[in-house]
Amino acid sequence: MFSFVARRIAVAIPTLLVLLVISFLLMQTAPGGPFTSEKPLPAQVLANIEAKYGLNDPMWKQFTNYITGIVTAFDFGPSYRYKDRTVNDIIAQGFPVTLTYGTISFIVAVFVGGLLGIAAAIKHNSWLDYIAVGITIGAQVLPNFVMAPILLLIFTLWLGWLPGGGWNGGQWNYLIMPVIALSTSYMASIARLTRSSMLEVLRSNFIRTARAKGLPNRVIIWRHALKPSILPVVSYLGPAFVGMVTGSFIIDSIFSTGGIGFFYVNAAFNRDYAVMMGLTILLGTMTIAFNMVVDILYAWIDPKIRL
Amino acid sequence: MTNISLNPQQPKTAAMAERMAEVSGRSLWADARTRFLRNKAAMVSLVVLILVALFAFFGQYLTPWDNETIDWNVLGNTKELGRPSLANGHYFGFGESGRDLYSRVVQGTQISLMVGVVGAAIAVIVGTIYGAVAGFVGGRVDSAMMRFVDIAMSIPYMFVLILLLVVFGRSIVMLFVGIGLTAWLDMSRIVRGQTLSIKNKEYIEAAVATGVPTFTIIRRHIVPNLLGVVAVYATLLVPSMILTESFISFLGLGVQEPLTSWGALISEGVKTMNYGMLWQLFFPLTFFVITIFAFFFIGDGLRDALDPKDR
Amino acid sequence: MTLLQVRDLTVNFDTADGTVTAVDNISFDLGRGETLGVVGESGSGKSQLVFGITGLLAANGRVTGSARLEGQEILNLPDHKMNRIRMEKIAMIFQDPMTSLNPYLRVSDQMAEVLQHHRGLSKRAAITESVRMLDAVRIPEAKARVTMYPHEFSGGMRQRVMIAMSLLCQPDILIADEPTTALDVTVQAQIMRLLADLQADFGMAIILITHDLGVVAGSCVDTLVMYGGQVMEKGTTEGLFARPTHPYTMGLLKAVPRLDRETAQLETIPGNPPNMMDMPAGCPFVPRCEFADERCWNERPELKRAEGFKTRTRACHRSLEELA
Repeated sequence: MFSFVARRIAVAIPTLLVLLVISFLLMQTAPGGPFTSEKPLPAQVLANIEAKYGLNDPMWKQFTNYITGIVTAFDFGPSYRYKDRTVNDIIAQGFPVTLTYGTISFIVAVFVGGLLGIAAAIKHNSWLDYIAVGITIGAQVLPNFVMAPILLLIFTLWLGWLPGGGWNGGQWNYLIMPVIALSTSYMASIARLTRSSMLEVLRSNFIRTARAKGLPNRVIIWRHALKPSILPVVSYLGPAFVGMVTGSFIIDSIFSTGGIGFFYVNAAFNRDYAVMMGLTILLGTMTIAFNMVVDILYAWIDPKIRL
Repeated sequence: MTNISLNPQQPKTAAMAERMAEVSGRSLWADARTRFLRNKAAMVSLVVLILVALFAFFGQYLTPWDNETIDWNVLGNTKELGRPSLANGHYFGFGESGRDLYSRVVQGTQISLMVGVVGAAIAVIVGTIYGAVAGFVGGRVDSAMMRFVDIAMSIPYMFVLILLLVVFGRSIVMLFVGIGLTAWLDMSRIVRGQTLSIKNKEYIEAAVATGVPTFTIIRRHIVPNLLGVVAVYATLLVPSMILTESFISFLGLGVQEPLTSWGALISEGVKTMNYGMLWQLFFPLTFFVITIFAFFFIGDGLRDALDPKDR
Repeated sequence: MTLLQVRDLTVNFDTADGTVTAVDNISFDLGRGETLGVVGESGSGKSQLVFGITGLLAANGRVTGSARLEGQEILNLPDHKMNRIRMEKIAMIFQDPMTSLNPYLRVSDQMAEVLQHHRGLSKRAAITESVRMLDAVRIPEAKARVTMYPHEFSGGMRQRVMIAMSLLCQPDILIADEPTTALDVTVQAQIMRLLADLQADFGMAIILITHDLGVVAGSCVDTLVMYGGQVMEKGTTEGLFARPTHPYTMGLLKAVPRLDRETAQLETIPGNPPNMMDMPAGCPFVPRCEFADERCWNERPELKRAEGFKTRTRACHRSLEELA
């Protein structure tokens, strides 16, 4: 177990480094610094600012300073655009929001999708199966940026049931549409994966053995079929997580939820490199860490992988 | 005739002969074609896709309006004057900026399809070559190449893509490069796996043992066996490219004015939805959804046709 | 009373291309402690026959006819009733020990759940009992190995685990579906030996399904030869080997490699196993039979007592003299 985790971390660290270096280099090669705006600043002012932000230091020094700041003090530096705000302020403001609706969406996608898939597989070729398959096929072409406006149209503009945006401290009626919009396509993918792998497992020899043992159906499904059926789903959790993180950009822009996605896209338009870099590193690290956890989880479930 | 010496190649009756002929005459590909043609969803999707493609290529000839001229009379009162109308030739009505939406959708379809097809083509070519080389050469080269893919794959590429677009400017070329750069990774893994399994098959060993030249082995055995997987994956890659492009363009970071794409048009439609100009959302969204649908169904149909054990 | 009495058992599958009859009107009796061999090529329906009896057919399969266990009809019983018969009365082992055990559960869990479920034992008691059974099938260090996963066992050991598991409730009948096909030749012999010893100890009847006549010869009292879902010939194993009366049995016997006779090459039965989608109107074996005539193609031979035999039955239009 320990050595497996150690090996997995040994892959995660270079990945993280590659991500850091790529984003840092990209920022450095960006034509025009953060302070080249429409209205040119006086040379002296520009020089002062650049000195303040350490932009005149050699590249390696900027890089190491930056990394040291993050690692030792969780300090992502100041925003280049908002004078009196640091990247940390932005994270503190937006992250809890994203984390809230993101976590709920993830749980909804996994559990609703998983249960739908299992039910469809157990009742193969029944009306339940057909409905589940219909939903999963339909939801495949409804990514968040399609789902969100449709929900908005129906529930806010036509029916007037739900608020069309905002956060309001995460009150439930403000959460419904972001969660549905963000989770639907992943829920569908998870349902489809679960269904097909469950069907395959139910046709396997060891399930026939379990039936020959005279075990009741519920034991066969929950004890014998579930574990192998969810393995493909477990390996899909990584990509689903990434998709939801980036999907939050859309949620924040359509529902004005004020999560980090909003700040990220804003920073992209404003060339606020400090914010982009900080958020990229934060979300990238989370993604890489999450993938690592998923891999370990997978190995833990599958006894054929030596831990 | 003391023992059972009936030659199975000499059928006793006409019925037998017919059956034997049928069995020997159906190649894998012919079989796959029959199965594909029998798949209704895939066939309908194919027709839909052809229609969408025709719309992209020739749709502009059906309207007198182009996609750039701004009708200043409509601008500012699009809600009343910009509705879809067959009478004035603005079939899909006007976009928010007073331009003919039909022509804009034609243009958006062209660009979205192009991004999808070209992006997928880049991914397929790079991924296939990379994966086939890794799988065929094997050994240390293989593990080094695949370790690189592992690392590249665990980088959250959407961030890198957005960074690229911000740093090097939001252009369609950058979009191609960015999307193509990341999409080949999956392809290379699949092709490598397939190459490895083919390489270890008995018939390849037999071919090597009987002195068939390497190039002939690759051409006659490896390539045809890879083709199925690549075809299926490529068909599924196109919609995922279109999705990525639409996502980026929806955020406003992708295709820039005066060019447009489905994602950008949907984004515009969302902004004006509140004012009741639903047609601005409806038309691009419909094209987007049916096209993605069609690609998925064709991909599924191809997979079922080429890999019957999966059914 | 016969332990298991099967009459006119038929198994059909509904497929996209129509109904396929995998098992066609099969009848046999099995007494306590007896061993019945069921021989046939792959696709002859021999596995579907026993799946039909035990209710393990695929979802699109249907079974008709009758199978009485100690006089009680067991065909198409509802699941909760059938589940009391499975393992307690009729246990099964399968061809491929690699895939027949659940790779995600420890052997202890897989064995113990049988006793927990059927005998109401506690988990601890069930595991103790399982270890004893693993000892009985001669798995070394059973106590230590019971907590391992199936992939940590070799193929032969896995089949022993399967056998031990199937005997936990001391069933009246053990159905062994090609128990040695996936194993090495030396291991095959060990497993057959083990089955024979266990039968002597536990006294269960065995239905042994195989394509290998050698396996039948060593261990079965009666043998049933199947082709295309139908019985071709049935009789005592010894008699069948000494004097086959059906062209298919004759072909099978010729195809067994023998050390006591000099042959230039191994005989085979030409042609392919029958296509279940497209069976001849007459005898299923007719496309491959050297004695076939017009009648064989058009009219199905009945299973009748062979002339001059006491217990032998055969399904063939041609008389014994014609085959000689």
